Amino acid sequence: MSSKTTSKTTYQLPIGPIHPALKEPVAFQFEIDGERIVNVDVELGHVHRSVEWAGMRRNPIQILYLAERICGICSYCHPMAFALAVERAAGIDVPERADYLRVIQSELERICSHTLWAGVAAHEIGFDSVLYLTWQIREEALDLTEYLTGNRVTKAITMIGGVRRDVTKDMIPRINKTMDFLKDSFKKLKHAFLDDKTFKLRSQGCGILTKEDALTLCACGPTTRASGVKKDTRLDQPYFAFNDMDFDYITPDILTGEVNGDVYDRIITRLLEVKQSIDLIEQCIDKMPAGDIVSEPKIAKLLSVLKKAEGEGIGRMEAPRGEVFHYVKLDGNEHPYCWKVRAPTYSNILPWIPMLKGEQIADIPIVAASTDPCMSCTNRVAVVERGGNKYQLNKEELHNLSVEKTRRLMK
Amino acid sequence: MDKARDIGGKKMTKNLTPENIVKTFKDEFKTKIKHSRIEKHSSGAKKYEMIHIWFEIDKNIFKDFVKQLFKLEKYPHLAVASGYEEGKNIKLVYHFSIYFSERGKELSINVTVDLPKSKPEIETITDLIPGALITEQEKQEMLGVKVIGIPKNERVFISHDFPEGMYPWRKDKTNADKMARNLHEVKK
Repeated sequence: MSSKTTSKTTYQLPIGPIHPALKEPVAFQFEIDGERIVNVDVELGHVHRSVEWAGMRRNPIQILYLAERICGICSYCHPMAFALAVERAAGIDVPERADYLRVIQSELERICSHTLWAGVAAHEIGFDSVLYLTWQIREEALDLTEYLTGNRVTKAITMIGGVRRDVTKDMIPRINKTMDFLKDSFKKLKHAFLDDKTFKLRSQGCGILTKEDALTLCACGPTTRASGVKKDTRLDQPYFAFNDMDFDYITPDILTGEVNGDVYDRIITRLLEVKQSIDLIEQCIDKMPAGDIVSEPKIAKLLSVLKKAEGEGIGRMEAPRGEVFHYVKLDGNEHPYCWKVRAPTYSNILPWIPMLKGEQIADIPIVAASTDPCMSCTNRVAVVERGGNKYQLNKEELHNLSVEKTRRLMK
Repeated sequence: MDKARDIGGKKMTKNLTPENIVKTFKDEFKTKIKHSRIEKHSSGAKKYEMIHIWFEIDKNIFKDFVKQLFKLEKYPHLAVASGYEEGKNIKLVYHFSIYFSERGKELSINVTVDLPKSKPEIETITDLIPGALITEQEKQEMLGVKVIGIPKNERVFISHDFPEGMYPWRKDKTNADKMARNLHEVKK
């Protein structure tokens, strides 16, 4: 669609800072030609909470609990990536059993996050019954999380040099029960998402990210894998016990034989990863060696070691949304000298631009949601005509546009 | 951008050892590489060793250093650039990774660049790696670094009414500690 030459027909559409998918704010500035998106600009920072700044005034143990509150869904990945960075900076070894326990927690978090996302994605295009189905499945995974860690969301399981709670023999039947339930439900989920005609109509060929763009824009996680890039920190540079596990990169061609990089491919990638995570947890339980779960159980002693430590380290791990990256520099003081946090969405913002160009307004919610952005939810959308005629779309209206499109396709 | 990638494509020598990578960089840039080290960290029952390479380089060769990375990997991945102030300098640490897509083969390459606080300028690498934009914007507003040639010279995380000349990650007088204690004064 040509637009630049006929500037009278294009208009600006600001969406956000409360945006049409998931929670937390981000602002979009769309240039619209009729129903088509011509250009996109993204504005960030509406919930910058200076976590890094606050962290540089706390000791490493306190930071674990601060890092946990960076994100409500990746509440395991952030403190764990920080712990990895500190362990490398200070030269702390982790017992083998702790490496396996860390894998179990990380995969359980992935199941919770991906099923949560699948529900939201279904809701965005008007399949609320599928939302209830997926969140029922997620509830079971959350119950298991609570059983293993004592908490449903903020798990407080991480410790520098290991984990804080063991998985004992008597807990294994409970884990197996949930795994069996998840495996059964997975079939239902796969059928609901991948075999449905309308789902395909809404998601295939929509929000395409090419492999070239994914690589040059440094996208990460399921977003980049759905475009055919084999990039998964668990395999590229195995941390924890991932090198002992039997698994492989998940790209959509495993199921369909081709890579399109559209919303449908991102759904496939995430769904198959749920299956993979169930499998990884089972492997862990089979192979887990006996031994300690933390290298130094006395926190005061650990802190005195960290206070003297000097050095720098990076912690990388594959969070549900992609690679989470922490950099820590210790200089022999109580507080880290530098702490940098890079959440996966940080890298998945720029790929939105090629994805959204050329799509319709009604596709904004599902395309934005398809990268599983860890930042935002809609309140209102203001549509401003260039000529001065202003009108507004609120969250419900934008959502209704999306639902109407689905209904149109179903006819 | 494509030029750098083409050079890389022709000369691509697949998977050098970490020692050889350090050697190629030292041969190319000689004394401009101030310091280098290879770290190995093991994990799991099979004791897999992951490799992190650290470089400290002169800021004048930074861009060429990144171009050199393209000879090792067609699409070097930039995770993020960290940064901190140390004495009279600002240090930026660029975290690259190469050789991904193959199990257990990925190498992390971390490059530290020293910038004097009196003239904290560094060249943009967005022409080579477009995905570096947000992290370069962030370094500008958080540390007061000037990125020369950045395609979008705007704030990204800090709000537009935040005062000019204050940089939250600095440790000297230009940091934002004072504002944190007097939040009610921020808008004045």
